[in-house]
Order: sequence, then structure tokens, then C-alpha cells
Amino acid sequence: MKYLPLVWAGLWRKRTRTLFTLLSIMIAFLLFGMLQGTNAAFSRGVEGANVNRLMTVSRISFTEALPYADLVQIEAVPGVDRVAYASWFSTYYQDPKQFVFSFPVDPERYFNLYPEFKLPKDQLDAWTRTKSGAVIGVKLAEKYGWKIGDRVPLHSTIWTKPDGTSDWNFDIVGIYDDPDDQSQANAFFFNHSYFDEGRSFGKGTVGWYIERIKDPTAAAATGDAIDQLFLNSSDETKTQTEKEFSRSFLKQLGDINFIVTSILGAVFFTLLFLTGNTMMQSLRERVPELAVLKTLGFTNRGVLALVLAECLLLCVIAALIGLAIAALLFPLMKDVIGVVNLPVSVIELGVGVAVLLALVTGLPPAWRAMRLNIVDALAGR
Amino acid sequence: MGAIVTLKNVLKRYKRGKEQVEVLHALNLEIAEGDFVAIMGPSGSGKTTLLNLIGGLDQPTEGEVSVAGERIDRLSGGQLAKWRSRHVGFIFQFYNLMPTMTAERNVELPLLLTSLSRAERKRNVATALEIVGLADRAKHKPSELSGGQQQRVAIARALVADPTLLVCDEPTGDLDRQTADEILHLLQLLNREQGKTIIMVTHDPKAAEFASRHLNVDKGQLADAAQVAA
Repeated sequence: MKYLPLVWAGLWRKRTRTLFTLLSIMIAFLLFGMLQGTNAAFSRGVEGANVNRLMTVSRISFTEALPYADLVQIEAVPGVDRVAYASWFSTYYQDPKQFVFSFPVDPERYFNLYPEFKLPKDQLDAWTRTKSGAVIGVKLAEKYGWKIGDRVPLHSTIWTKPDGTSDWNFDIVGIYDDPDDQSQANAFFFNHSYFDEGRSFGKGTVGWYIERIKDPTAAAATGDAIDQLFLNSSDETKTQTEKEFSRSFLKQLGDINFIVTSILGAVFFTLLFLTGNTMMQSLRERVPELAVLKTLGFTNRGVLALVLAECLLLCVIAALIGLAIAALLFPLMKDVIGVVNLPVSVIELGVGVAVLLALVTGLPPAWRAMRLNIVDALAGR
Repeated sequence: MGAIVTLKNVLKRYKRGKEQVEVLHALNLEIAEGDFVAIMGPSGSGKTTLLNLIGGLDQPTEGEVSVAGERIDRLSGGQLAKWRSRHVGFIFQFYNLMPTMTAERNVELPLLLTSLSRAERKRNVATALEIVGLADRAKHKPSELSGGQQQRVAIARALVADPTLLVCDEPTGDLDRQTADEILHLLQLLNREQGKTIIMVTHDPKAAEFASRHLNVDKGQLADAAQVAA
């Protein structure tokens, strides 16, 4: 700690230059926090996938519907414990920007397969009894101020009714929560029977099936057995674990991890040269001062440590400010990615990257400072 | 008093490009403890090289350099750095203060290498600044001080760790006559009242008058045989 004033003084020798370097690093880490946070949020969905559940979709595309009649056959496959189904409803509330993740499901089947969704028994019963009933996540309820008893109109961008309209009315009968992952408490579930009766096309189909299996280690064999049932039929299936399904679903959106890594790679590659050049320039200007420190008795390694400490301090402070701003801004994206806080793992990774950046950019000037010959440096040679 | 600095058959060669340049030739010298020595000579005569060897900034190519009974020519780079921190206070022509640090922080620098507590360092810094008459300028940065004041800060920095030797390279070379005399009076005072051994390189005959002993270096050798130790 006693060397801190010396390190600090060296850092701020050229105030404007240090400030601009600090800003550059800070903005890079703000970008890092936002992008890596988004990436982590998507990956969390994959990591959080249940190992007991399989997903069966159409082999052609997961947007293709499957016959409702497949349900009985899938239920009969050895190793399958329970089966539920769902469809993609694609809706918004009042304004196309107010997108709502909505799914027609069989209430009992679906909530039986997703025990992490906590819904009071009386609300589940009410939902089963009410054809136009809907159960919504607690986060969605908070967002629009919806409560039990409200009648909510949603506009579907896919599903029309026989009269040609796409507006569907629902009665909120329950509010569920997912205490372990609040990002999952954002959906809107309603009765499949209400949907199937009301739609003008696609009757008798579902979007995908979800199976709970008895033995997670037999997931591949059970999935194969399901797919074998429909082989060479007009509706061939593809069954995957929930984790694989989530991953392939994300890939349909684009390889987020690759995009994030590419952008950040380019940013940090540029930053490496910028910071490295600044540190080198700073060293060149301070050769006589560093020589004086050696004259006073600072060892070669001591001088190396001082220069490295300067770089470390600059990079870590700038990174922490950038990550702090990212953490403040991150909740603004919760509607898009469903995660409220910047994951701690991203902050830890950010600090690690900052230390690495400091070492890579600080080592060449620090090495040069270490090898500085006092007599030559004082003589200006 | 006994010799505090002894040089025996010291030879120093530098490599300049492809050429080897011999700067000092078989030089012998003794400096007594408590002496105030002025080393004079024309440019390129080797006086700064001699000062660098005495101050442990450089090593001789051949010969022995002993300070306070310790053979410093045998020390490694790291050992020599530690030795300098304990035994030598340096004063330069252009002060060489850290521009972004206050006077007291500059003076504190040598003490960072000691095991003194923060309070002890602060006390020693205050004493050193008082000795050089700059107690009221402790919080000022070098840019807020005159040349003479900056050199006083440099002297305080050289003194603060209570070194065996004060080594000065043209300490008044960048100052006007009046300020130079004030600095030289201060050095003389440190020599006379605190018994500090001072070795000063200077071009200025008037500055040399403040010293108790003069050495003339010419072409890498002490010019006046009478000054050379037997």
C-alpha cells in the first residue's frame, strides 16, 4: 500500500491521456458486460434445462406442427413417464412492441411436467374449469399490472379465427412463479382446447411434445424410440433433451456466443494495441524518472512491479467502472432477455480479462523499465 | 578520520558502438569520512564516471571500490540497489523530482524502501524538509517551486534516509549565482554540522571553493598527484 501514491502519481502524469485511455477501456468493458451478460443469459436457459425432459418436434422444422394423435403413441413408449404438449401462439398486447410469450397447453399435463412453476392448486383447478382461462407468470403480471379476474385481449400474429380476426380474449385465473429462475415467470399459458376450437386452421395439431422420462441416462434411447414410431410417416419427429433443444433453438436465432466472441475479440484486439502503445509512450517519457528511482535504491524487479502495477490499476479501475455501468444498464434489457441482473460470473470474467489485458500491455514497458541502465538513462542515451 | 571511500587501480571501459573507450585508467583515490570533496575537470574527463562508481551506479571494469569498508564492486545489481538505498544520497543537476508528486512525497521516496512506519516516515520527511528550509512547501509540487527550492527538495530527499555519502553531480549547474551559493552553503552546513561526507562534481570553480578538498580529473586520471592517496 505504501507504494500506491507512487503508482498513482505515475499513472496521472499525463492527465488527459490517462483519462482517454481509461474511457476507452471503460467503454470496452461496458460493451463486454452487456454482450457477455446477454450471452450468459441465453446460455443460462440452456444450462438450466431439465435433464428429465425430452422435446419432440417436427424433423423438418420446429415451426411445423405435429398431429395431436401422436400423444397416445408417445405415452406408450417404454421409459416415458408423462407427456405434455404446447404450441407457439405469437402474440402481442395492444402494441406490436409489447410482445407476449404465449402458449396453448393442457393445464394439468403441462404443469405436472414443470414442477418448478409454482401455481396454487385452486388456481390450477379454476384454469381447468375455465375454457378461456389463462395462467401468467408473476413477472408478466407485474409488467402489465394484470391480476386474477382481469379479461385480457391478445392479438396473434399467426392464428386467425374463422371470422378472420386475430384478437383472442382470455380470463386470468392464476399467476405462477418460478422462484429459482424469475426469467421463466414471464409466460402466458392458456387452454389448448380453447385455442384448438377457436383457430381457423391447423386443428388437431400441436407445436411440440414434452416428455418426462423415468431414467435420464436412457434419454438418447428413449428419444430414438419415439422418433422410430414416426419414421417414414408424413410427420417425422426429432426428439432431443431439453438442453439440446434449447441450444438448437438458440442456433436458429444465430450463434450468439460466436457473434459476442467475435465482437469482443475485435474490441479487445484494438484495445490491446491502444493501451500497449499508451503505456509504452508513457514509459519513454519517464525514463529519467525511473532511472532516479533505481538510483534511490529501487531494484530492477521493483521498477518492473511499479510499471505493471500502474497498468493493472488503470485496466482494473476502468474495467470495474465499465462493468458497474453495464450492471446498472442491464436491467433495462430484461424484457428482451428475461434476466434482471448482470450475472456475477460475467463480472468475475471481466475482472479476469482486465488483469490479463494489464499484464499483456504492461509487460513490454515494464520489462524495458526493468532493463533500464541508470547511467545511460540519466545521461539521456 | 579514516577513509570512507577507497578506489584501487580502478579502470573503466565503455563500449561505444564498435569501439571500446577507456574512461578511467588505473585510478587510485581515498576520501576521508566527513570530507567535502569537489571533483573538477573538463568535459569528458571521466569525473561523472568516477562519481557513478563511488555512488554504486556503475561497476568498474577492473579494480576495487570500497565504501565504508564494503567492496561494492563485488555486489550484484540487486545488492547494489539495496546498498545505494542505505548508503548514498544523490543530488542531480536537474533535480530529477517526480513532477506529479508533492515535495513531501518526493522526499519520502527513499524511505519507502525501509521498514519505517508511515508515522516515522512522515516525521523523518518533516525533519529533512525543515533542515533545507522548506517545511512550509511540503504540499507543493515541483512545478510550484523555484529552481533553488526544487534543489532543496532534492537535497532533503538525499538526506532523509541518513546516508553515509552525499553524491552531487553539478548540483548548482542549473541555478543562478545567488541561488547556487545558497545551495552550496546548505551543503557546507550539512558537511560541517552533521558531518556528512559530500562528493561533488562541478565545473564551477566558485562552487568548488565551498569544498574542503579539490580533485582534478583529466583524461581519466587524477591530475594532481598530491591529491592521490599513496
